[in-house]
Order: sequence, then C-alpha cells, then structure tokens
Amino acid sequence: MKWVALAIVGLFTLFMIYIEFGMPPYGEIDSPASTHVSPYYIENAEGETDTPNIVTAVLADYRGYDTLGETTVIFTAGVVCMILLSKTIKDD
Amino acid sequence: MIKRYLDIIAELASIIMVPFIFLFALYVLFFGHHSPGGGFQAGAIMAAAVILLRMTLGREVTRKKFPPRAALILGAIGVIIYTGTGLVCLFAGSNFLDYAALPLPWVPEAGRRYLGILFVEIGVFLGVFGVMVSIFDSISREPLE
Repeated sequence: MKWVALAIVGLFTLFMIYIEFGMPPYGEIDSPASTHVSPYYIENAEGETDTPNIVTAVLADYRGYDTLGETTVIFTAGVVCMILLSKTIKDD
Repeated sequence: MIKRYLDIIAELASIIMVPFIFLFALYVLFFGHHSPGGGFQAGAIMAAAVILLRMTLGREVTRKKFPPRAALILGAIGVIIYTGTGLVCLFAGSNFLDYAALPLPWVPEAGRRYLGILFVEIGVFLGVFGVMVSIFDSISREPLE
C-alpha cells in the first residue's frame, strides 16, 4: 500500500514537472497573465479605488472573495486548534 | 510548559516596546492603502506584541487583561465584519463585496471602495490577531487547566 501511494506521488510529481515546461517564460510580455488583467489593474486600480497600493486594491477589492476565504480558513484553524488542544486529560 | 521568563531586563524591555509595537501595527493597518501592509501583517504584529507580554510577564497577569476566550471572540468578530461588509453591499442592491454600493451617498464612488477596503482590512486584522493569540494560548496552556 505504501509503495502504491509512493508511485502515485512520484507520477504526479513527474506530471507537474512536465507541465512546468509548458509555462510561458518568466516576465514574457505576451503571456496570458500580462495581457489579460494585469494592464487593467495597473491602469485603473488607483482611479477606481482611490488606493495607490495596487496590491491592496487587488487583494481586498477585485479579489475580495479570495481574501474572505483566507480569513475564514485562518479562523477555522484557530477554532480547530482550540477544540483539539483544550481536551482535558484525566488521570485513570 | 513555559510559565514565565524570569528576567527583569526582558520584562522591562518588553513593557517599554509593546506600546510602540501596538502603534506600529495600527500604522501598518491604516497605511496599507499607500504602502506595503494591510490586515494580515498588522494582525501578525499585534499578536506578536501580545504573545511577547504573555511570555515575559507570565500568563496569570496577562490572561486577566486579555483572556484567551476574548481572543477567539475577536477573531469571530473580524470574520463577521468582513462578511457583514459584503452583505451590506448585497442588500444595497449590488453584488456581494462590491463596495461601490455601500450606502454612503456623500462619498464619491472611489472613496466608497476605499472605505470598503478599509473595513475589510479591519476585519482581516481582528481575525488574524485573535486567531494567532488563541492558537498560542491553546498550545501553551496547562494540560489540566
């Protein structure tokens, strides 16, 4: 069973490495990341949200759902930590 | 389990530094629109200050001022502020988390989105701060407390 899991993980790793060769080169102007939304954010973020820091504007406004999910994940982690660790151990 | 780091130098140094760390956390939170920073970072800095006090002054003293349960409640309030901002936009007739619909008619649209980002960052700040302090309290408490 352990070897099956190891084989699956190894195959998946090879698959991800193979996919990596299909990525556009770093910083390429024609890649989808730099032609689709990035120019819009750079041109309009300050005018639309009054926020000079584009990172904050994207994080909290354009991608607000993401940040809501992140906050919920952090809160869930805290609740789970409290539940798991506050279990009192009684002497037998 | 760490009870307290008994050292007068560490104690005094942390007492002197903690107010400035609090101020710096608030600066990072409210200046996140103009410089690197924001809710996550500010919450981590604020939680670091509280954890520093917990380690130097001891839990008995600091838990009276800021009980562990209050930390988790603060975290919940943070998530509620975030979701509430989104719901206010929803009930104002727009999409969830579309801050341009916040019911503040005397503010221009860009200003409303600015304020929406600020409310959301405050929610994130409270959430991260409360949860980090709560996790520290969970892993540092007595087994039979």
